[in-house]
Amino acid sequence: MGLPDASALPGVPALPPGPASAVVRVAPAGAWPGFDLPELWRYRGLLFFLVWREIKVRYAQTVLGAAWAILQPLLTTVVFTVIFGRFARLPSDGVPYPLFSLAALVPWTYFNTAVSGASNSLTANTSLVTKVYFPRLVIPGAAVLAALLDLAVSIVALLVLMLFYHAAPRPAAVVLVPLSVLMMVLTAAGMGFWLAALNIQYRDVKYVVPFLLQLWMFASPVVYPLSLVPDRYRLAYSLNPLAGAIAGFRSALLGAGGPTGVEFGVSLGMACLIFVGGAAYFRRTERVFADVA
Amino acid sequence: MSHTMIRTQGLGKQYRIGAARNRPRSFREAIARSAAAPWRRPEPAELVWALRDLSIEVAYGEVLGVIGRNGSGKSTLLKLLSRITNPTTGYADIRGRVGSLLEVGTGFHPELTGRDNVFLNGSILGLDRASIARRFDEIVAFAEVERFIDTPVKRYSSGMYLRLAFAVAAHLEPEILLVDEVLAVGDAAFQRKCIGRMGHAAEEGRTVLFVSHNMTALQGLCSRAIWLKDGELTEEGTPGIVVSHYLQDAAATRPYQFWPDAGAAPGNDRVRLRAARARPADADPEEPITTRTPVLVEFEYWNLREGAHLSLTLHLTNEDGVLVLAAGPVDGRNWQSRPLPRGLFRDTCLIPGDLLNDGLHRVEVLVVDRDTDLVYRHTDVLVFEVRDTPDLRGGWFGKWKGAVRPILDWTTERLEVAVAAPLSTTS
Repeated sequence: MGLPDASALPGVPALPPGPASAVVRVAPAGAWPGFDLPELWRYRGLLFFLVWREIKVRYAQTVLGAAWAILQPLLTTVVFTVIFGRFARLPSDGVPYPLFSLAALVPWTYFNTAVSGASNSLTANTSLVTKVYFPRLVIPGAAVLAALLDLAVSIVALLVLMLFYHAAPRPAAVVLVPLSVLMMVLTAAGMGFWLAALNIQYRDVKYVVPFLLQLWMFASPVVYPLSLVPDRYRLAYSLNPLAGAIAGFRSALLGAGGPTGVEFGVSLGMACLIFVGGAAYFRRTERVFADVA
Repeated sequence: MSHTMIRTQGLGKQYRIGAARNRPRSFREAIARSAAAPWRRPEPAELVWALRDLSIEVAYGEVLGVIGRNGSGKSTLLKLLSRITNPTTGYADIRGRVGSLLEVGTGFHPELTGRDNVFLNGSILGLDRASIARRFDEIVAFAEVERFIDTPVKRYSSGMYLRLAFAVAAHLEPEILLVDEVLAVGDAAFQRKCIGRMGHAAEEGRTVLFVSHNMTALQGLCSRAIWLKDGELTEEGTPGIVVSHYLQDAAATRPYQFWPDAGAAPGNDRVRLRAARARPADADPEEPITTRTPVLVEFEYWNLREGAHLSLTLHLTNEDGVLVLAAGPVDGRNWQSRPLPRGLFRDTCLIPGDLLNDGLHRVEVLVVDRDTDLVYRHTDVLVFEVRDTPDLRGGWFGKWKGAVRPILDWTTERLEVAVAAPLSTTS
């Protein structure tokens, strides 16, 4: 049953027109609530502000500031080059090992930052969750998007290193790089939604995430090339969306050893599945957040 | 009939409690329990209704007061209406944007400047950038922080911080405004400004839900009031009548409370109350307390932690919601300022006669560790009535004014036998 309309009643001041005076029903939520896309669109301003806050606060009161975005993958590259390149002599598709590992560490560092940031985002913002209503998805969403700035900065560093080694990207990079980044954003967001929703209920998640991410890095072609995986396992291996994303990103920029179109497609499909699945789980558990936070 | 802004139908919210009491104390216990879990019957969860079967309507431009004791469901109602939490039963239809002053300072980040926080907070509360920009100067002027607007708020004093936070919330101009006791924010002058702001919102035809223990403010601002008791609607009507019924509620006077079972007594794992009592100091406990009677207030409590430096503070509030006095141990006698072993203790405080005014008085007790760490607080642990003493009124029959009614030393002296000449203004 709706509310009586204002204009039908004599002597009642008219309400301001527009969506502001729409009737909202607060009722027990169903088991699998869908996505209220128009509402998410209305809150895009908030998403923007949360991203902006995240970025502004991240390097507040640090001396080096955004240089940390470059230093993290760069220092890891040095370590990996010594251990995996020199000592273990892992193959690198004929590319100099520092360049080979940095080209994977740049997207990997993004994924790592985005997932760990998103999984802690709800617990870090309990005051928001328990005091004001808005679509909760924007909180982990903002963490995933804010990490993109670091990615952009570190891509610049990667390009500098490519110049140094005289490496030139393939023309297809114009499409492949954005597509790989999109796959990582989708995967990071899906995992972030799922882990954030679990984390606010069971704080054990906080201890599981770093371990999970470490395993995931070794399950992805970061320190070794895709060509090291035996051919008959390649399709199964591509079920890890980061396999397609990282190998695609690296081969687009450095030229050698990329995934086939089918493998890339499998990874992209999985990325979409993780994204939708994570968001659906998040929406399902969302209604208890304020009660358990 | 008028235009309805909020309609709730059978609205209810159930919480699961009791789990906290049975929580494993240590990691080892947690492991042992989860290992044994498959062989144990699950414990029946204890469910409580924070709000039950509430059906109300609030019209356009109405200021609805919500009264009730702590835990009666007032805050749950506001949380449901602001969509922070989901109802268990029923529904609420809400027309228009809901702004709530529950959320003062929500999303403020200490590293950001005042200006950045105003924009961020505004967008969290549902305003777009242009609307915030339009109100920016007004917000800053209202908060009186013009000079510091580009300073990170972590350098603000707590007063400045709260004023800025409140100013944003107060300038949201939603169709429906929910207010929960925020008038405790800031100093007296700022509080007057806030009450003015609320009255202003009502004049503009906004719908306001006002939750407060301040009965004076409530009667002054509201056009209608509802009274919630144990999560259920008890009465609704004109504020004056509902407030007086609420205050006269027979169950409202509780001069004595006793919890014999230490497991179920109010408190937590550090302290539990056993008894609380207010009684005349020099007469039978059943005798009425009058404005002349010295009153003994006693608390019995179990200290559950070896070596805690517990001390009690008593807050006495009158029926207007005015804090009449706050008291605690000062002289360091007996146990005070020494670590307490585990066990049962009693604190007794004597309020002298000829101090309290007549009317209902509510006692809140706070248990503090080492003077700073609030261990437990219990609002309305006691409610007792101080009766009037008509023979001391000197012919005045109205309500005796003031929060206290001491009998002061008052003398009149004759200075001159006769005035020699009328006093001149130019002498």
